[in-house]
Amino acid sequence: MSVDENTVRRIAKLARIAVTEEELAPLSKDLSTILDWVEQLGEVDTDHVPPMTSVVEMEIKMREDIVRHDNLQKQVTQNAPQSEDGFFTVPKVIE
Amino acid sequence: MTELTKLTLAEARTKLAAKEITSVELTEAHLAAAKASDKLNAYVTLTPEVALEMAAASDARIAKGEAGPLEGLPLGVKDLFCTNGVRTTACSNILDDFTPTYESTVTANLWADGAVMLGKLNNDEFAMGSSNETSRFGPCVNPWKASDSDANLVPGGSSGGSSAAVAAHLALGATATDTGGSIRQPASFTGTVGMKPTYGRCSRWGTVAFASSLDQAGPITRSVRDAAIMLKSMAGHDEKDTTSVDIDVPDYEAAFTGDIRGLKIGIPKEYRVEGMSDEIEKLWTQGIAWLKSAGAEIVDVSLPHTKYALPAYYIVAPAEASSNLARYDGVRYGLRVHGDDITDMYEKTRAEGFGDEVRRRVLIGTYVLSAGYYDAYYIKAQKIRTLIAQDFKQAYEKVDLLLTPTAPSPAFAIGEKVNDPLSMYLNDVFTVPVNLAGLPGISLPAGLSSNGLPLGLQLIGRTFDEETLLRAAGVLEEAAGFSAEPSIWWTEA
Repeated sequence: MSVDENTVRRIAKLARIAVTEEELAPLSKDLSTILDWVEQLGEVDTDHVPPMTSVVEMEIKMREDIVRHDNLQKQVTQNAPQSEDGFFTVPKVIE
Repeated sequence: MTELTKLTLAEARTKLAAKEITSVELTEAHLAAAKASDKLNAYVTLTPEVALEMAAASDARIAKGEAGPLEGLPLGVKDLFCTNGVRTTACSNILDDFTPTYESTVTANLWADGAVMLGKLNNDEFAMGSSNETSRFGPCVNPWKASDSDANLVPGGSSGGSSAAVAAHLALGATATDTGGSIRQPASFTGTVGMKPTYGRCSRWGTVAFASSLDQAGPITRSVRDAAIMLKSMAGHDEKDTTSVDIDVPDYEAAFTGDIRGLKIGIPKEYRVEGMSDEIEKLWTQGIAWLKSAGAEIVDVSLPHTKYALPAYYIVAPAEASSNLARYDGVRYGLRVHGDDITDMYEKTRAEGFGDEVRRRVLIGTYVLSAGYYDAYYIKAQKIRTLIAQDFKQAYEKVDLLLTPTAPSPAFAIGEKVNDPLSMYLNDVFTVPVNLAGLPGISLPAGLSSNGLPLGLQLIGRTFDEETLLRAAGVLEEAAGFSAEPSIWWTEA
């Protein structure tokens, strides 16, 4: 098992996904199966190979740094599960 | 199926231009077919009011002589493309009833050219899957059935709604997206044509992101010409997506010269994978023979790193997905589940909102990007990607195109692979390398399996050379003469 239950707990925390105790074992099995399978990449000598950064050779274009749309507050907050006076609202974060 | 839904996109275009039919008639026929197709579960949102309004506007433009290239042609849209005022979910619970206030560039291009939107089509949740079984709306069903079984089959994935709708004549064509095979594999499973253009050909703006360095939009249609017609409208530079390239979009239909004499077609030996079924092998051999008799030269080539494409993909794609999906936090849109504090709210929202496969991939992506593992997994995979791209580059010094099967099998039964992620992933063994290298690829129906199911062949082209790809695909399509249709069982009570 390359990914044990403690590791699942740790990465679920990093990913901000609640995982129950009962789910840890099956997830550990699933993730280990997949990660054990990708281990075969170790067979390939990549010491002098540059990692890919762009799949198609292209130059990133620059554009004017100007405001094109404004007063979008209503559209931006329209789909929020909770909003007030044009602001997103969240549970209290500061005591 | 009515006379109107039998038409290809190109045929409907001709009849509309000649005023033999109206867009309203054409659209009504497709809406009626779509409404009678609940058993396929291809549409997750049907938009008849929008469709009829757009169709009437198209008819008015045709009457005034102001028709666009896609004027009045009704299309389906994968539920991954944001559509202004129409619910867009990526078939995930986490997007809840998200209703965009903007339009994706690809769909905006289609509407600007006169196309009509029928509705939104089913897909695997966040396009993660090869069977359309991970959708929050339930599995989409393949219109095809095997001759020896009544079992419902998968339409492929992730663009299963698009492939099923086009195969069942519920739309003249559909938009789709392809991150590891999600256009081509469903096309192969449903006897349709699926084309993934070169990375950067279509704007990704307004398309729900899965793996940004791999995602690319493309069409699913019933003919190669129809794919060319749709792609012409979908493609083009967009300043809202810096990875969309600023080069001219050719007139793809002009590519259909029917002449492939002297074209060099590479056959990569590494695609002859262990355990390949006889019928896939036979189909491939037949494809080679067709191209040869049309005057192409067949060349054996080697793509030595092919077997590492799939494992590299299952590092790169989940890594990018874990980053892209970080935005679903219950704050700005979509689902929110109440929590004791903000972290609890995030964790509960994401636990409830993401399905099993999405959660699995977000966790893998988080793991391979986490401190101490980043070099061993993510950088390693990106290096493998360089090698895979180099393999293709070397092959293209000798050949113009590559011919391979699209998928290792015909459509399988719903439920058959859903609990075995690895065997599901293997479906994309022939399509994933193309995404890793950013190349254009097309799948077209070339024959039937022993139990009567469609099988596709894949042609792979050079970067931004969709024209040669389409030219050869047109010749292959004619040689294959695929005319089989699924029998219509889904309208029965």
